[in-house]
Amino acid sequence: MAHATEELVDFDEALDRYDPALGFEVHVELNTATKMFSDAPNAFGDVPNTNVTPVDLGLPGVLPVVNKKAVEYSIKIGLALNCQIAEYCRFARKNYFYPDTPKNFQTSQYDEPIAFDGWLDIELSDGEVFHVEIERAHMEEDAGKLTHMGTSGRIQGADFSLVDYNRAGVPLVEIVTKPILGAGKRAPELAKAYVAAIREIVKNLDVSDAKMERGNVRCDANVSLMPKGTTTLGTRTETKNVNSLRAVEHAVRFEIERHAAVLDSGEKIVQETRHWHEDTRTTTSGRPKSDADDYRYFPEPDLVPIVTTKEWIEELRAQLPEPLAERRKRLQADWGYADAEFRDVVNAGFLDAIEETIAAGASPAVARKWWMGEISRLAKNADVEPLDLGVTPATIIELNSLIEAKKINDKIARQVLEYVVAGEGRPTEIVEKRSLAVVNDDSALGAAIDDAMAAMPDVVAKIKDGKVQAIGALIGPVMKATRGQADAGRVREIVLEKLGVEG
Amino acid sequence: MNEIIKLSAADLAAKLRDGSVTSTQAVQAHLDRIAAVDGGDRGVHAFLHLNAEEALAVAAEVDAIRAAGGPEAEALHPLAGVPIAIKDLIVTKGQPTTAGSKFLEGWMSPYDATVIEKIRAAKLPMLGKTNLDEFAMGSSTEHSAYGDTRNPWDLDRIPGGSGGGSAAAVAAFEAPLALGTDTGGSIRQPGAVTGTVGVKPTYGGVSRYGAIAMASSLDQIGPVTRTVRDSALLHELIGGHDPKDSTSIDQPVAELAAAAEQGATGDLTGVRIGVIRELQGEGYDAGVQARFDESLQLLRSAGAEIVEVSCPNFEYALNAYYLIMPSEVSSNLAKFDGVRYGNRVLPAEGPMTIERVMGATRAAGFGDEVKRRIILGTYALSAGYYDAYYGSAQKVRTLIQRDFEAAFAQADVLVSPTSPVVAFPLGSKLDDPLAMYLNDVATIPANLAGIPGITVPGGLSENLPVGIQFLAPAHEDARLYRAGAALEKLLEDQWGGPLINQAPELAESSKEGVA
Repeated sequence: MAHATEELVDFDEALDRYDPALGFEVHVELNTATKMFSDAPNAFGDVPNTNVTPVDLGLPGVLPVVNKKAVEYSIKIGLALNCQIAEYCRFARKNYFYPDTPKNFQTSQYDEPIAFDGWLDIELSDGEVFHVEIERAHMEEDAGKLTHMGTSGRIQGADFSLVDYNRAGVPLVEIVTKPILGAGKRAPELAKAYVAAIREIVKNLDVSDAKMERGNVRCDANVSLMPKGTTTLGTRTETKNVNSLRAVEHAVRFEIERHAAVLDSGEKIVQETRHWHEDTRTTTSGRPKSDADDYRYFPEPDLVPIVTTKEWIEELRAQLPEPLAERRKRLQADWGYADAEFRDVVNAGFLDAIEETIAAGASPAVARKWWMGEISRLAKNADVEPLDLGVTPATIIELNSLIEAKKINDKIARQVLEYVVAGEGRPTEIVEKRSLAVVNDDSALGAAIDDAMAAMPDVVAKIKDGKVQAIGALIGPVMKATRGQADAGRVREIVLEKLGVEG
Repeated sequence: MNEIIKLSAADLAAKLRDGSVTSTQAVQAHLDRIAAVDGGDRGVHAFLHLNAEEALAVAAEVDAIRAAGGPEAEALHPLAGVPIAIKDLIVTKGQPTTAGSKFLEGWMSPYDATVIEKIRAAKLPMLGKTNLDEFAMGSSTEHSAYGDTRNPWDLDRIPGGSGGGSAAAVAAFEAPLALGTDTGGSIRQPGAVTGTVGVKPTYGGVSRYGAIAMASSLDQIGPVTRTVRDSALLHELIGGHDPKDSTSIDQPVAELAAAAEQGATGDLTGVRIGVIRELQGEGYDAGVQARFDESLQLLRSAGAEIVEVSCPNFEYALNAYYLIMPSEVSSNLAKFDGVRYGNRVLPAEGPMTIERVMGATRAAGFGDEVKRRIILGTYALSAGYYDAYYGSAQKVRTLIQRDFEAAFAQADVLVSPTSPVVAFPLGSKLDDPLAMYLNDVATIPANLAGIPGITVPGGLSENLPVGIQFLAPAHEDARLYRAGAALEKLLEDQWGGPLINQAPELAESSKEGVA
């Protein structure tokens, strides 16, 4: 049973006394047309148990056949992670009984991964670079999806469980790092940046849909602490299925704070898996995990070894897209952003979003304004990832054209965006429905202006004396009277006109 | 006895082609024979399921095509209309597949094995499914959950195993053709003790897709017949590359029937035949050894050069086999948990957790021999034991392959007795697994090396059949057919006809038929 509240040590304090070691196992679902070992469609969100063949159900007599495309995608991932590609490698069977695994073994690579000994340089927000070593990237198949029916939501205490084998056999690549040392207080940031980098790479390679919310990229985060000045790795915990970038950051932070408290009290860290709870941003104890877990691995006798030739690998290497670092240089030049502006965009994770927005027709400045400004602010207020707000390039373009057409002003546009995010519809519909269009009816506006001028004769006098900037004082009351729907520029024109003053 | 059922598949096919017999007549004759001798307390009990309706429908279709003539008739497969029995380890749409286990009682496969698709395409009427040791684990068919199959030569004796049903069906003239599977001898040993012909093709020569896996790296589907030529014809039909089986060989099937015809001239001039020193002598019945020695004389007289070869590592073959096979079994049979199919059994008491339901299902669904092998294999793969057991066994496997390579440098084919003993009485070895395992001592090396083997009748000892086994290098299955057909011809010349003609007439055991 998990503790309701864990003893924690303040993060900075914890890292004054301990050095963290991190390790990540990131599972990437490949977006091949068919599954790893069968010709069933590899598709998300279909009616349960429809994307299955006898092979996926583990019916008696069936045999697996390796999806060549999945192997090619895996090799591409390996190459993008600067790995060696195995000339010869095999699948193995990982034997364990669980009802989401139709054969009661998972076909996975074990001690012969397709890719190994790679590295990745991870740049943090201020430009500091961490060199992360990749131990391996290996191929395996996903399990089915269990839904436990009952109050607990977990298999323990469930009345019954439903299983959907659509996901069973979906091709996965598991990317495993070597222990990452020396991150210190930047460990949570590095964790987030690492997973973001993997996601970006597989998306750039077009080998995965890379949607974390759909489980296309899933992270298990390993954390351990060792007293400063020592070099023996501490006992680690593995927090499973941390499935958003923010959660990765928070989970690592939480585990550091929790480990420190356990170690401070003289107790030992239990080597175990931990469950991540997004609502409380805490982890709870899962099952004990020891290196002696016995999966009785042995080479999969139903599959022949995968043999890669130099020619094949070079052919795949030639198909790799532009490396991300080069892409960044190119995008910055294309968009004309200053270094600091561009780094902010990268750190915020908006590279793709802005690229898509520009591709949809926005200017680089407009795209940056919306993503870095209002969308980020809304996300912060709602405490979600900006990209998860669901703002599309089309929305931004539509808002911007409404502004350019002077149908709405910036302030209203921000409101409209909030309504879009709240699901009220497209910007144009919302402006219509909520009567948010700028008041361009000069008679209504004129009346509001007359009222304002009548209320502030001193201001009127100043304007008449040529202090045109005093108009600002009139704009507030006019806006109030028109519920913000007035166009400030037009107000200014009308005032000057009425007073016969040159602007 | 209706003479149709005595015909070889090749001869029956010829009569179907010339119109002197219809497929409907052929199927009905075999169904009648099954009804006469298979059921009842003293029946052969080769069949677990009869597929009479569909078999007759396929026969009628073939007859109609033949009657209409024209290109469709000419395009018929040479074996079209010849009935066949299927070992109940091979999945079939429209007929239950039990694997001889209570676990799968009543289970209907939603798909056909690749070999079944080929048989359907060639329009061979399927008579039904034949008995076997549960999940093909055994050498006597006594480990079937559905009762013993009896040896047509002596109803109180075993028909061999695991494919005792297919071998007995063919020996009892209940079918001219059958399919078997051979993991350590399950086609060849039953062939030997029932006086029939059985072939284990080169590993990868026949698709395993749809054969319920026992040990994936050893299993192979093959023909069970009364003549070498019939095996060749059936082998050509079921063989060839299958994209659904990664381990299947991407090459066309060799000209096997032609090789059998060449052998049937009885001339083996220039053929080097290696006698495996380690597969004879101690442990082999005197009668078995005597028939084997006589066969060697005949082969020599047919022009073959007989050389002695040594395969010193065969000493460890049985041990290695009983580590590799159960290891794969323990994993292959994990899927039988009652979650998706098969007979789910709930625990009699206590909490209803998934682990306990799986446990109760497997406890009730599997017989003792299956459990024994699962436990053995689970142990052999366990951390800390893997290297000593599974790892060492794989090394032995490599050594056995090298023994074969060295032997085939000296000889074109190798020869040995198929089984060290003749059919033993039902029940006599059930309590002694090790004695049971020894039945496969001569057949197992071929599975470990992935090479092909054939058994042909070699005469009688104690009025029971003795089998002679030929082995060939991988992909050289044709050599088996040449050597096997030659020995068959030489022996039949001596006997004045097939050995099976010397089998006692079976009494009509029952009019009840089978389920």
